[in-house]
Amino acid sequence: MKLRAELAIKCATHESQTESRNHSIMQYNGSAIVAMVGKNCVAIAADKRLGQQALTVDMDFEKVFRMTDRTFIGLSGLAADVKTVHDTLRMRVNLYKHREERVIEPKTMAHLVSHMLYERRFGPYYIEPIIAGLDKDNKPYICATDLIGCLSLPEDFVVTGTASDNLFGMCESLWEPELEPEDLFETISQALLNAVDRDAMSGWGAVVHIITPDGVITRDIKGRMD
Amino acid sequence: MQLQTEQLQSAAGFKFDNVKRNQLLADKGLKLSTAKKTGTTIVGLVFKDGVVLGADTRATSGPIVADKNCEKIHYLAPNMYCCGAGTAADTEFTTNMVSSQIALHSLDTGREARVVTAMTMLKQHLFRHQGYIGASLILGGYDVTGPHLFSIHPHGSTDKLPYLTDGSGSLAAMSMFESRWRPSMSREEAIELVKDAIEAGIFNDMGSGSNVDVCVITQGNVEYLRGYSRPNQRVEKEQSYTFARGTTEYYVPRAAPQPAEVASAMDTSA
Repeated sequence: MKLRAELAIKCATHESQTESRNHSIMQYNGSAIVAMVGKNCVAIAADKRLGQQALTVDMDFEKVFRMTDRTFIGLSGLAADVKTVHDTLRMRVNLYKHREERVIEPKTMAHLVSHMLYERRFGPYYIEPIIAGLDKDNKPYICATDLIGCLSLPEDFVVTGTASDNLFGMCESLWEPELEPEDLFETISQALLNAVDRDAMSGWGAVVHIITPDGVITRDIKGRMD
Repeated sequence: MQLQTEQLQSAAGFKFDNVKRNQLLADKGLKLSTAKKTGTTIVGLVFKDGVVLGADTRATSGPIVADKNCEKIHYLAPNMYCCGAGTAADTEFTTNMVSSQIALHSLDTGREARVVTAMTMLKQHLFRHQGYIGASLILGGYDVTGPHLFSIHPHGSTDKLPYLTDGSGSLAAMSMFESRWRPSMSREEAIELVKDAIEAGIFNDMGSGSNVDVCVITQGNVEYLRGYSRPNQRVEKEQSYTFARGTTEYYVPRAAPQPAEVASAMDTSA
């Protein structure tokens, strides 16, 4: 895993100028992540591709992480920063647990991430995280931030990554309130699969996590491998 | 232990350790991406008994509507609120920081903070960063010296005027104020004019949209009217796009990943 991130940054810096001209860092590795609110549950899903521009390097790249029992974070953007921020955040979540003697709530973690990113306002990490989880009262929580930590807290769904425009369209039409976990799985999966099929930079399989009060269901869904 | 954890914690202020690397990436021809901006309509006006602040609720990133119902009127103190336009993160964090300082200040002095105090804190912070913090603010409040309305620009300059607009929809909103504002308006007239000014922005400026938030600040009282006007409600969907269970193919169910928290003998989950 460490090697992959190193490789990504190495190649990012040694890329020939013509090849990468007019290409944003946020689109360098490619990703698609979405989270949705259901009835007493939340779901978060992501594609599995890691690329270097048009070249696919990995088909099983992890970009959604289980930070606590029932809080997940999805990190889109530059893969090197996905690694760095995940490692730093893991440390902060563990420190929080030791200091407070309780597990961090999704809302608290969102603000922690937000501050971590804004601290680097003038030299940002190139990631756009989304956080999904259930709080201590089993209330669903989702949020997204931009690369410098501006929180947005919609009540329906959040999207991020190179396929975010496509995901916005899919979610806006497919999502509806009060979906049961199994129905939420179908909705989020179809939204993601159909979004990544129209994005060249993401895809190659996907993973879905459904967070319920009884536990987490994780499924690797079948998608186009092109 | 204390020392170690303190070192791990971030010191106050911004960090610049990514700047060199990011510049390197930029020099290689990779475009640096931009933060979420709020193409916005925000307004404020002084009326007979206080001030009214107004804002739309659309957040955009480029041409995409990132949030259809965000809050742009930020809390500053019990007697002060602040509308933000520009880089969304900057308005959020700048007002939050000044809000904390104001709270400590009034605890220290035992008095309610004055609006000029907040205005000075905001402008000094923005001037110190030479315009790089892209926050354009309209600050309104009521203190011992009466109602106050200020606008603060990203470079740190300020205006004190009876009616103000800002953001990409400021021209549309100002047209309403220029034709209809007059001194010592009643509360109802003032709220109505603010609503109409924001709606002018919502309908005539592409960067603004969705709902109207209003905040009325009078002596010893604040009324935050979230979604005061909702002229763009979504109609109910005529069809449902739910899928039959079993539509999505998935591989043999796998175990959910383990959380990243440390494994601990002591149960601290309660």
